[in-house]
Amino acid sequence: MNKILLIIQREYVTRVQKKSFWIASLLAPFLITAIYAIPIWLALRDKEVKRVEVLDQSAMFEAKDFTDREIQYQLITGDLETYKKTFAKQGFSALVVVKKNILEDPRAVQIFSEKNVSLPLKSSIEGIVQNKIRAVLMEKAGISEKVYADTQVDISGETITVSEQGKETSSSSGGAMILAGVMGFILYLTLLLYGSQVMNGVIEEKSSRIIEVIISSVKPYQLMLGKILGVGLVGLTQFLLWIVLTIGLSRVTSALYQPEVKKEVRSIKDKKVQEAVKEVDKSDISPMEEVSKVLASTNIPLVIGCFMFYFFFGYLLYSSLFAAIGSAVESSTEAQQFTFIVMIPIIISFLMAQYTLQDPDSSVAIWASMIPFTSPINMMVRLPYGVPTGELIGSMILLVLGFLACSWVSARIYRVGILMYGKKVSFKELSKWIFYKG
Amino acid sequence: MILSIQDVVKTYAEHIALDHVSVDVPKGHIFGLLGPNGAGKTSLIRIITQITAPDSGRVLFDGAPLSERHVNDIGYLPEERGLYKKMKVGEQLMYLAQLKGMSRAEAQSKLKDWFIRLDIKDWWNKPVDDLSKGMQQKTQFIATVVHEPALLILDEPFSGFDPINANMLKDEILAIRDRGTTILFSTHRMESVEELCDGIALINHANVVLTGEKKEVQNRFKKNEFEVSFVGELPGETSSFDLLGMESSQDNRRKARIKLHEKVRINEALGELIQHVDVYAFQEIIPSFNDIFIEVVSQKNKKK
Repeated sequence: MNKILLIIQREYVTRVQKKSFWIASLLAPFLITAIYAIPIWLALRDKEVKRVEVLDQSAMFEAKDFTDREIQYQLITGDLETYKKTFAKQGFSALVVVKKNILEDPRAVQIFSEKNVSLPLKSSIEGIVQNKIRAVLMEKAGISEKVYADTQVDISGETITVSEQGKETSSSSGGAMILAGVMGFILYLTLLLYGSQVMNGVIEEKSSRIIEVIISSVKPYQLMLGKILGVGLVGLTQFLLWIVLTIGLSRVTSALYQPEVKKEVRSIKDKKVQEAVKEVDKSDISPMEEVSKVLASTNIPLVIGCFMFYFFFGYLLYSSLFAAIGSAVESSTEAQQFTFIVMIPIIISFLMAQYTLQDPDSSVAIWASMIPFTSPINMMVRLPYGVPTGELIGSMILLVLGFLACSWVSARIYRVGILMYGKKVSFKELSKWIFYKG
Repeated sequence: MILSIQDVVKTYAEHIALDHVSVDVPKGHIFGLLGPNGAGKTSLIRIITQITAPDSGRVLFDGAPLSERHVNDIGYLPEERGLYKKMKVGEQLMYLAQLKGMSRAEAQSKLKDWFIRLDIKDWWNKPVDDLSKGMQQKTQFIATVVHEPALLILDEPFSGFDPINANMLKDEILAIRDRGTTILFSTHRMESVEELCDGIALINHANVVLTGEKKEVQNRFKKNEFEVSFVGELPGETSSFDLLGMESSQDNRRKARIKLHEKVRINEALGELIQHVDVYAFQEIIPSFNDIFIEVVSQKNKKK
């Protein structure tokens, strides 16, 4: 037992000491934070007000029609050709022409600019013109603006899950889908990543020939188990670092942005606009908010606990197979002909996870989340949608049993393979090793 | 007997590696395990180091059946050497020593002694990758002996050493033997067998074909041949011996190999020699292990 601890310690320490471990552990949280922090930062920084000239040939618009938080419009009259030549020199970023026949032709708006017109500017102009035209048309049809506003309804369904005990939890299926997809994907990547690390570790020991010294001190299964557990702990450490650092970093960045965002909102003097902004916020819930809503409604300790469980045992199951492959070959290139047989179930479970994501209660999803080879990824995908406790426990027990069976087979291949040199191995050969005695 | 191998059989899928092998290794000896490639030496060593188990037969270590607790009493230097390339020398030796059951403190102090003794103090923090092949061999030798095993198994220990380091290694092996350690020494190099071994076992085609004390084995292979250094004219045939060969030399003194006839005593032959020539030296020819090896192995192979 003591010797297994020594092996675990060596596997863990040598890997954690590597620069690549820290680069991966630190870089990922920074990237995740950057993905949402940079757009906010850009939005806050980019306060330069754009100035745009509007040549209204239809004579339908008033100056107050053209109001926008970020764009300053200036109504002008005169000859289009002269303005075309001068607007850029005078510091305007664009020249808008609303033609006389705007009521008949929706395409009678032209935007001239030196560079490409930015999307926000284009949609701002289109929105303003569209609103005005609609108002004019409605007036002609005899519909008051109030009636129009009252008929604008936005239906947003709330999804609620009811547990067997009748407990209701507000859930958001969109958010659950994102959370489920992310967890499934992380599991998929890490199973492959750490599994092949174990395999390369075994190949290293075999090809450097240290294996014979080690197994004259410890039993082959102790070495295999120690290596698998050591690398697994490295994986758990990395997850822990990712979780802690990502939470920490997002706290820090949101603390940094909070005052500025508030100031920004306060600076909007027009109350109407402010209300409008609020209205927009309510209807367009961003994906990030959806996820945080799901996080609030799901049992986070359960999800994290299950994630760790399914990662660890799924990893143990696959890495023992990877270790068996590593023992049978002498180089990574030679290993490629065998790795596909371990990678296929991982890839299949990732593909099945796409179905599970769409329909987490279908029989395919339930089977996928019970069979040990596919259950780690598929159960984690189902979990945010809510899984009956019995199914969860059953799947966990099956996974542990699956791991024990795989590691038994692997250990038997491993103990023969590590001493086998200069021989090309076939699958038939591998299966014979399982039944070798002594 | 520190090690008693009794009637051990080991078969692999295709062939028999050890066919009812019995060998006794006395305590405190340097015992040579000899044999051509593929004879079964490594299979036997792997059974002693408990890397594999025999199909039948048993192995006694110091009188008790070989079991897991003996792992720490055995040090093993495999023929194919290897270390973790990226690990530092000191760290690596600490790890290997602790795997042999030493405590951290014990391992550290013993390793320090070895580093001082072999004058390699500044290697401690070097990655193994940075060492030359000879330096790696030294490191691995330390790893094999640091836990002061009762039985040391060295598989071709001199391969890869330059003459100076080979000499140093030889001195270390003798010093370790003198401290009471038994050494099982597997090799092809017969000159080192003659130099170091107290006893031998020769394995060929999965069988022990020859075993015993070094002197006793050599006596068994003596052919009643002598080397004579003389001046004069030696007759080609006499009543007591046959002339096997003559070595010419620059001066008038010459050397001859003679084989005594059966039941002829040495003094009779010497008496006859003296009548013909002036004898300057008369010496029994003791067969070298090289000759014994070739004789035994080629004979057996012919029979097959």
